Amino acid sequence: MTTAVQQDLPAATWALDSMHSTVGFALKYMVGTYRASFERFDVTLDTTGEQPRLSGSVAPDSIDVKDEHFHAHLQAPDFFDTERHPAITFESTAWRLEGDELAVEGNLTIKGDTRPVTARGELTPPHEDPFGGTRLGITLEAVVDRTHFGIDWNNPLPKGGLALANDVKLHVDLQLVKS
Amino acid sequence: MKVLGISGSLRRESHNTQLLRAAAALLPPGAELEVWEDLKAVPPYDADDDTGEPRPGILRSLDAAVREADVVLLATPEYNHSIPGQLKNALDWLSRPLAASPLRNKPVAVIGASTGLFGAVWAQAELRKSLAAIGARVVDRELPVGLAAEAFTDEGRLADPELELALADLLAELRGEVPQAAAAR
Repeated sequence: MTTAVQQDLPAATWALDSMHSTVGFALKYMVGTYRASFERFDVTLDTTGEQPRLSGSVAPDSIDVKDEHFHAHLQAPDFFDTERHPAITFESTAWRLEGDELAVEGNLTIKGDTRPVTARGELTPPHEDPFGGTRLGITLEAVVDRTHFGIDWNNPLPKGGLALANDVKLHVDLQLVKS
Repeated sequence: MKVLGISGSLRRESHNTQLLRAAAALLPPGAELEVWEDLKAVPPYDADDDTGEPRPGILRSLDAAVREADVVLLATPEYNHSIPGQLKNALDWLSRPLAASPLRNKPVAVIGASTGLFGAVWAQAELRKSLAAIGARVVDRELPVGLAAEAFTDEGRLADPELELALADLLAELRGEVPQAAAAR
């Protein structure tokens, strides 16, 4: 038998330790999995209200890729269209914590399209760090269909099928410090 | 709004250049179309010649023409089911380096005429694909003008009123991609 345990977090706002956090994605490309992450993002967790609220923003032009032409193509209307949509955003609408297992529902906006998503992962409860602060950890994953957000690029394979999958696994690995 | 027109056909009596002229007559008031007529002079792309040093004048002129235009309208014939080599070659120059290409985020539309039935639809599709890869803001429409030898009136308009309407719609969509301040100028 399992018992749902709703843990109370201390009332605070929690700011991102960006140096020790990662925001990225993975999706199937031809015979493998392509993974990339973003350099610039910000996340805030607010635990002062009735339920915690997690919000975040990612700069898609800060994607870390190994080729400048590929980087430029990813900024284009074929992909993120960063001229018109410089930010990817997330705002949580519901937070469920059972033990360490965390599920966060919220609205994800990519390329101007906003859709509800549910992300699942773990919460590492607040710990004191060596620098006099208190920090907690959050890992979350969600799978979204990129074409629902207007990212439709593909390349047909010579014998049928397409090179790039539609389903994209988003992942965040966050360390948040109590303000 | 400044519209740069480039015809993929080099021929003096080109149906595609004629199609650009027909498009010019359908532009909204205040908009003007300038046809870039030096495509034939563009040298073949060779990465050995693309050294980061100032490029030959013809390439700088092409770059500036695209950069100064608010939108670009390409009219292409179809050679062997695809884009004419010289037009593709010009795009290849414009695409390097990709991050600094004047076509990045530039609203672009593709139209095309051919003397056959199909109005260069395949060439138009391939051209849209290449332009998207370069990072242009490509209008997702085609304008196939088939049987081009009989497609224009003596005044240079499209003889088929439905086709003329479709061209006007395409130009309106192209204009819609331009920020308001630039569209009004």
